[in-house]
Amino acid sequence: MSDKTIHALYTDDDVLLGAVKQVREKHYHIEEVFTPFPVHGLEKAMGIADTRLAINAFLYGLVGLTVATVMMNYIMIQDWPQNIGGKPSFSYLENMPAFVPIMFELTVFFAAHLMVITFYLRSRLWPFKSAENPDVRTTDDHFLMEIDASGKDIEEMSKFLHDTGAVEIKIIDKDAH
Amino acid sequence: MYKVSSKLKIFAFVLIGLGALLTIGGFLSAPASEDAVREMLAHDDSHGDGHSAATTDVHQVSSGDVHDDAHASEGHGESHASDHDSNHVEHVYHQLSNKPWSALYVACFFFFMIALGCTAFYAIQKVAQAGWSPGLFRVMEGISSYLLVGGILMFLLLLATGLGANHIFTWMNPGVAEVGHENYDALVAGKTGFLNVPFWLIRAGAFLVGWNLYRWNIRKFSLKQDEEPEGNVWYKKGFKHSAMFLVFFIVTESIMSWDWIMSFDPHWFSTLFGWYVFASMFVSGITVIALVTIYLKSRGHLEFINDSHIHDLAKFMFGISIFWTYLWFSQFMLIWYSNIPEEVTYFITRIEDYNILFFGMVAINFLFPLLILMNSDFKRVNWFVITAGIFILLGHYLDIYVMVMPATVGESWFIGMPEIGSFMLFAGIFLLVIFNTISKAPLLAKGDPFIGESKHFHY
Repeated sequence: MSDKTIHALYTDDDVLLGAVKQVREKHYHIEEVFTPFPVHGLEKAMGIADTRLAINAFLYGLVGLTVATVMMNYIMIQDWPQNIGGKPSFSYLENMPAFVPIMFELTVFFAAHLMVITFYLRSRLWPFKSAENPDVRTTDDHFLMEIDASGKDIEEMSKFLHDTGAVEIKIIDKDAH
Repeated sequence: MYKVSSKLKIFAFVLIGLGALLTIGGFLSAPASEDAVREMLAHDDSHGDGHSAATTDVHQVSSGDVHDDAHASEGHGESHASDHDSNHVEHVYHQLSNKPWSALYVACFFFFMIALGCTAFYAIQKVAQAGWSPGLFRVMEGISSYLLVGGILMFLLLLATGLGANHIFTWMNPGVAEVGHENYDALVAGKTGFLNVPFWLIRAGAFLVGWNLYRWNIRKFSLKQDEEPEGNVWYKKGFKHSAMFLVFFIVTESIMSWDWIMSFDPHWFSTLFGWYVFASMFVSGITVIALVTIYLKSRGHLEFINDSHIHDLAKFMFGISIFWTYLWFSQFMLIWYSNIPEEVTYFITRIEDYNILFFGMVAINFLFPLLILMNSDFKRVNWFVITAGIFILLGHYLDIYVMVMPATVGESWFIGMPEIGSFMLFAGIFLLVIFNTISKAPLLAKGDPFIGESKHFHY
């Protein structure tokens, strides 16, 4: 009955998914799951709130669209109007079809790049950062579930996790971290 | 087994009856002679603000034909006024007599292209060995069954046109290739090797037979596969036929779009026109699959279809709508930018005479699905998909309308009896045919090797 964390290792994503559901039914708290590849439906099974990355992407796209419009308006209309193919550049609106490819590309460019950067920041990832996963096998073929065991019966929990299909169970002192 | 409800049958028959009445009304109300048009125009003008001559001239100039330059340079002096007027009356008379035929043509083609687009989608599912879609195969087979009825109707319409029942194709005018004839047109004369009525009809016939042959076989294979699933013999056959069909389809669909639509403007050409029409038919076909699926589910059928299947169909509706816009814009921008007279007339007539429809349909076909179907959760909400679907179908009807009408009806267009009537007429036949076929076989293609995956499909 101390401050402990249990690491349960699985070797199959379907077994892991089933185990996550059973553990949550028992009202144990899953702190984190480490997987070698994205497991479909895992975040739903774990009850994690939906990502807001999509909303960000939409907003970033709008920023890109604005940047493209302002940029092309400055370059082609205000700063240096030219007569291209009998279409003098004196009005952005009348020349708009010519700028649509640029507006489209910058929308995609901003949405994509800013989304990746946001994802890295949100996941607290940066170059030369040491890995957070507690077991190197989760980068190969093992799945690791981290469960909070403070104030719980460790014996009973281990047995239960074993029944959910865990191949290995480790008890870790939280202070050791 | 699904049984067509009597309500649906009555609805379809009412559509057919009302549509036929309105279409006939459209034909009867078309002016019988030039005198009738003169009377009608005089009547219209007396209600105007007294600038009758001026408006007449403006109309003439904006009709956007090659002859316009000639008319414009003649000047609008008083001495030419009477000559001009009689020319104008003749012009409007031809446009108004084309109107009911064009309306019939647009509606007939629109529903035919839904069936063709759905057939292509079905073939792609087969060739891709998609795991999510086999649960929808019977729905797709039902919609594609209109290919036979719609194809026959389409061919009859083309045949009537080719035999001279109407004058919606200007390149069929007598004497168009005879030097010295009043209808002589040097540009069309140079194309008669390809663009002549017999060859045009033979092509249409060959394409229709080819597409229907595939659709006939694949339906047979699909039903046989249910009876004898051992060894997947029929499944493999279907795979091969689908692959061959897709090669045949993309070539013939291109030529069909030149023949049946692009040749309305025989001077004009666009190299991506086949793709453009394909995008339109593809998105309409997928939309109808989604709508029929949701309808059948709401009647308690297709219990093995879940929200994820609807989600996937909605993704296709969203994606292909954007693909359509990409092609629409690619075609528009290059021609707009280069501004070559023989090319740009196509868009000038559309922007001047069809402004609201031409840009309105882009809003309906692009902005509307873009905004309403962008959110992942909305794609799983049935009434969102239905709303988007109805607008997409409406938008693509208008798309075909704007492809055909400027060349046949010109600035005398309005959406009246024949347009609404023939839309209802073909919609009724379409509904009757597709639901009748859907009721002929079990809704689950139980022999398909991927049916298990489709049943358990989740996103």
